[in-house]
Amino acid sequence: MDEKKYNQIAEELKPKKQVFKHTLYAFLIGGAIGAIGEFFLELYQNLFSISEKDAGPIMIITLVLIAAILTGLGIYDRLGNIAGAGSFIPITGFSNAMTSCALDGKTEGLVTGVAANIFKLGGAVITFGIVASFILGGLRYVVSFFI
Amino acid sequence: MSSHFLSNSFVFDHVYVESVGTTAGLLEYQGPLGSYFDKYYLDHYHGNDSYELAEIEMLSDAIFCCLNKAKIKKEDVDIYFGGDLNNQLTACYYHAFYLKKPFIGLYSACATMALAIGQASLMIENHNIERAIACTVSHNATAERQFRYPLEYGIQRKNTMTFTATGGCAVSLTPHRSPIKIASMTLGRVVDMNQYDANDMGRAMAPAAYDTYKQHMKDLNIDGRYYDLILTGDLSNYGKSIMERLLKDSQQKYKVYDDCGALLYSQDQNVYQGGSGPVCSALVSFGYIYQEMLKGKYQKVLILATGALLSPVMTNQKLSIPCVCHAFALEVTQ
Amino acid sequence: MNYIMSFLFCGFVCAVAQLIYEYTKLTPGHITCSFVVVGAFLDLFHFYDQLIKIFHAGAMLPITSFGHSLMHGAMHMTKEYGVFGLAMGMFDLTAAGISSAILFAFFVAVIFKSRS
Repeated sequence: MDEKKYNQIAEELKPKKQVFKHTLYAFLIGGAIGAIGEFFLELYQNLFSISEKDAGPIMIITLVLIAAILTGLGIYDRLGNIAGAGSFIPITGFSNAMTSCALDGKTEGLVTGVAANIFKLGGAVITFGIVASFILGGLRYVVSFFI
Repeated sequence: MSSHFLSNSFVFDHVYVESVGTTAGLLEYQGPLGSYFDKYYLDHYHGNDSYELAEIEMLSDAIFCCLNKAKIKKEDVDIYFGGDLNNQLTACYYHAFYLKKPFIGLYSACATMALAIGQASLMIENHNIERAIACTVSHNATAERQFRYPLEYGIQRKNTMTFTATGGCAVSLTPHRSPIKIASMTLGRVVDMNQYDANDMGRAMAPAAYDTYKQHMKDLNIDGRYYDLILTGDLSNYGKSIMERLLKDSQQKYKVYDDCGALLYSQDQNVYQGGSGPVCSALVSFGYIYQEMLKGKYQKVLILATGALLSPVMTNQKLSIPCVCHAFALEVTQ
Repeated sequence: MNYIMSFLFCGFVCAVAQLIYEYTKLTPGHITCSFVVVGAFLDLFHFYDQLIKIFHAGAMLPITSFGHSLMHGAMHMTKEYGVFGLAMGMFDLTAAGISSAILFAFFVAVIFKSRS
């Protein structure tokens, strides 16, 4: 059988992508997470009179906690199936990646399972973040001598 | 007595299905074929500490059902053939200890059941063996953990994906006459059409199914109309439409064609394109088709169990997915 | 008003990521990694600080902000310690997110059982 011809047949019969629906859901749910973040940000600023600079990290901690608990309850993966990028792009997705890997290793024990697996998916984000900011930061540091 | 060997195929005269035991997960039980299964479980753990242990229990229950229905003890079985999706065939070998008989582990991904049936049939036909059991098991959660992502990871599944079926199946074969016999089998060749997408198994496996189908027809010198029903293992809805097109383009004549993955679940069950996994073709062919054959709905059925022999390591190394398809034919004894 | 701005920006970033996810074969891991790099790049010209000023939480939540914070922390320390500051200050601003993610992930894994 000819490979090219087969690919042609397979492309033709491929089930339709629901790009519009998925993007809309990603927009709505991602946006909703943004709005929830804003809610906590203002709550901490107004209610507990925390400065704007400090309220940010506390808001992020809150959302990370919520996402971790939702993952433990088995709700976040269902949300993720609907929202797509709407749930993995915000920091909650990072929390979900860490928690799901940790939960997955639970049956293999605390050290070899939970602790060893915890960075399986989330580690990539940290690694790339550090490498990129080291290179770009170094660049800026060097350039700053000449300006 | 000995089997006739024709190129890639074997024809059997004295291999009969004695009894069948099937266990299914909740989603499979709620599907359209739910009432055909012997036992079902309410959740993925059914009382065990881990998914792996639950998988072993499903296999043990399936073998127990099979032995019970044939009214035999496990000492009466001479040899076991089986396999599953886990690394090192854990589910099968960890249970094999309790069987106290030789256990031959086989792996060809989702085509494992057909391979096990084929090997068991060869043993019975050629080696004076009184009874052999072919069994397989798969669990959605363990397969998901091994081949894809952690279970709770919130990821959107691509719409070409298939859903690994949860369940176990054991089939006891003997050389003594019974209503259903294994008439023939064809061992497939590994086919690789340079498909790279691990989320699109139906597309990768369809050429293997087509290859084995043609080989089977050629070896036995028959055409598709000889069978009342031709079933592919787990091509799912998308792969099924490709297979239909391939058959149509090469002007193959057949009566009815369907796919086990498409039959096992109903459309509203949110399983993407349909079922997959070694137990998918086993549950449909030995749960549903076998009982329908006993009732007389079908006389001759060809089952083409397809398997994608992928490994996550090789997928990450950007290699294409090799696929295989083994076929066996069930016939009502005349 | 802040809510709407927050909603729009966070939603926009997610929608862009979703379009990449739909039209390419990249996994979510690939996409989040590239977004972190993009975030770090946007901080090169202090552009991301402007975004946070306008969109508040909407710009802090997407993973791009993670790259920005890493970069920001690193750059802040270079003023004091020179080139070694890059490594010393890297986690200054993201420490909250990463430590809490590790902590909560661990405790959730201890308490809950995975279900699917």
